[in-house]
Amino acid sequence: MIRIDSVTKRYPDGTVAVDRLSLEIPDRSITVLVGPSGCGKTTTLRMINRMVEPTEGRILLDGEDVQRRPVTALRRGMGYVIQNAGLFQHRTIADNIATVPRMLGWGKQRARERAAELMERVGLDASLAKRYPYQLSGGQQQRVGVARALAADPPVLLMDEPFSAVDPVVRKGLQDELLRIQDELGKTIVFVTHDIDEAIKLGTMVAVLREGGRLAQYAPPAELLSDPADAFVEDFLGADRGIRRLSFFASDALELTTDPVVPADAPAERLTAAGAPYLLVTDADGRPLGWRERGSTGGTERLLPYGRPFRPGTDSLRAALDCAVLSPTGWAVAVDADGRVTGVVSQQTIGEAIRSAHTAAGAHSAPARGEDEKVAG
Amino acid sequence: MNVLSFVQAFFSDSAHWQGYDGIPSRLLEHVQYSLLALAIAAAIGLPVGLLTGHTGRGGNAIAVVANAARALPSFGLLVLAVLLIGFGLLPVMIPLVVLAVPPVLVTTYEAVRAVDPAPVDAARGMGMRESRVLFRVEVPVALPLILSGLRTAALQIVSTATIAAYVSLGGLGRYIIDGLYQRNYEKVVGGATLVAVLSLITLALFWGVGRLVVSPGVRRR
Ligand SMILES: Nc1ncnc2c1ncn2[C@@H]1O[C@H](COP(=O)(O)OP(=O)(O)O)[C@@H](O)[C@H]1O
Ligand SMILES: [Mg+2]
Repeated sequence: MIRIDSVTKRYPDGTVAVDRLSLEIPDRSITVLVGPSGCGKTTTLRMINRMVEPTEGRILLDGEDVQRRPVTALRRGMGYVIQNAGLFQHRTIADNIATVPRMLGWGKQRARERAAELMERVGLDASLAKRYPYQLSGGQQQRVGVARALAADPPVLLMDEPFSAVDPVVRKGLQDELLRIQDELGKTIVFVTHDIDEAIKLGTMVAVLREGGRLAQYAPPAELLSDPADAFVEDFLGADRGIRRLSFFASDALELTTDPVVPADAPAERLTAAGAPYLLVTDADGRPLGWRERGSTGGTERLLPYGRPFRPGTDSLRAALDCAVLSPTGWAVAVDADGRVTGVVSQQTIGEAIRSAHTAAGAHSAPARGEDEKVAG
Repeated sequence: MNVLSFVQAFFSDSAHWQGYDGIPSRLLEHVQYSLLALAIAAAIGLPVGLLTGHTGRGGNAIAVVANAARALPSFGLLVLAVLLIGFGLLPVMIPLVVLAVPPVLVTTYEAVRAVDPAPVDAARGMGMRESRVLFRVEVPVALPLILSGLRTAALQIVSTATIAAYVSLGGLGRYIIDGLYQRNYEKVVGGATLVAVLSLITLALFWGVGRLVVSPGVRRR
């Protein structure tokens, strides 16, 4: 575990970049440092691998002060990923990735195999191995940066705004990839970003820093959204935090109904029977085709679009609500992994589920924050 | 008679291709002086340029020294060196080296300074030692510029090495000085042409070396 123990960094020009910061960074999870530009995120991160030395306080790695470790050995045990990847432009992609293994004295063949393995892991095509960085897109370069940091299998990964310079679509892909890799590898990741949405998406724990390098709040993302510590954090979280918080509630508790779901070839009386004003028509396999207004007739081409269905168990309440809001009928369509309809649910039912989820979450979020406050002390 | 006919006359005279005053031996002398001067200039300029460029310290001192060296007239230096040391190879090397160090030094310094700081930061972050950061990360990327500094120096040396003839040494300058003295313009033009050809060969050599030692990833093709 990494423990930041009331660390202060004052640069020679007098700037206090980090002010008595204390954080406990749990093992095998992603801890995000987030805050506006200049609030000391990079400085904090770079004190962990001693690229910057603290003015006061200590940083402990598995209980030992990092100051006591030789710099090179310390850094070789921590992958380091930076904003524009920082690839070596004179080396091929494979050689870039193999840098640390080669430094550690691995043979050429073994390092090359390792590079190939990592390219696959981060989703890079093997054909890119012999290319040079200038021949890759920004997103691909960033993947190489991640692969290079993982090459010697370090337990810790330090990432400084690794996805900030790529466009939103590519960024989302990289974030998903990081979460997938993290599921497989279980590294201790310290991730710096100025993007609160990224922090909420990736972080197991999120530390919000404010100008002057002071800790504003240290909490799991759901708690950040439900209980911002002060006006600064609330402001930083931005609007619609209530909606965004729904991402943290599962949708599998929603009560679905199959009453208005009918196959396209159902007998005519089922299409006209009393009940909900809309019917969801499915094909022979049970996949949704669209909504039919009760009583209306005509072929399946006259159906209203059903929007984007959600998957209970995988998708959150936010996805279910989004689905219902976008649906022309106000009903959200639930499907299973194969895309077959498992039921539909109304906006009203989703609203009730949201209220009860909030009540349940509120009941146990309070003591959790109490503990974190002690840690952040 | 025009210049071209001088050139033709000079090179077609078989006497010009033989003996200690023949084209092959004068060319060889000229190349030797040039290589020696370039080697000395590189031995001074490269390490100092690399070190100051890597640490970022001493940039101002380099600019001052380089400008002062550039202000010194080569011929004046030669005369001064001969007066102080006497005749020989050394007094010829002094002005050539003084001429060649500034482009090597300044360009090397600038080349290393201009390397993108991100990969350097990444290299340090992964635990690379400073010497490795310099030679494995900065130099390969700075190489095209470093070579261009060496090329500039080499071209200046090749054309200026003609002054060796003033102090009774050989080289292509012999033709020019002797020709002027003897009012043999065929010789003067022939010597000047040889210097120009040697310069072109130098350019071609540097181009070839660049192709060989600069990574395709840096050349970007
Ligand atoms: N080497 C330095 N010398 C002086 N001040 C610095 C240095 N590095 C960063 N700072 C200052 O410290 C503060 C925090 O910087 P930084 O850690 O880079 O913030 P962030 O990564 O959150 O944007 C800023 O005010 C910045 O200008
Ligand atoms: Mg930063």
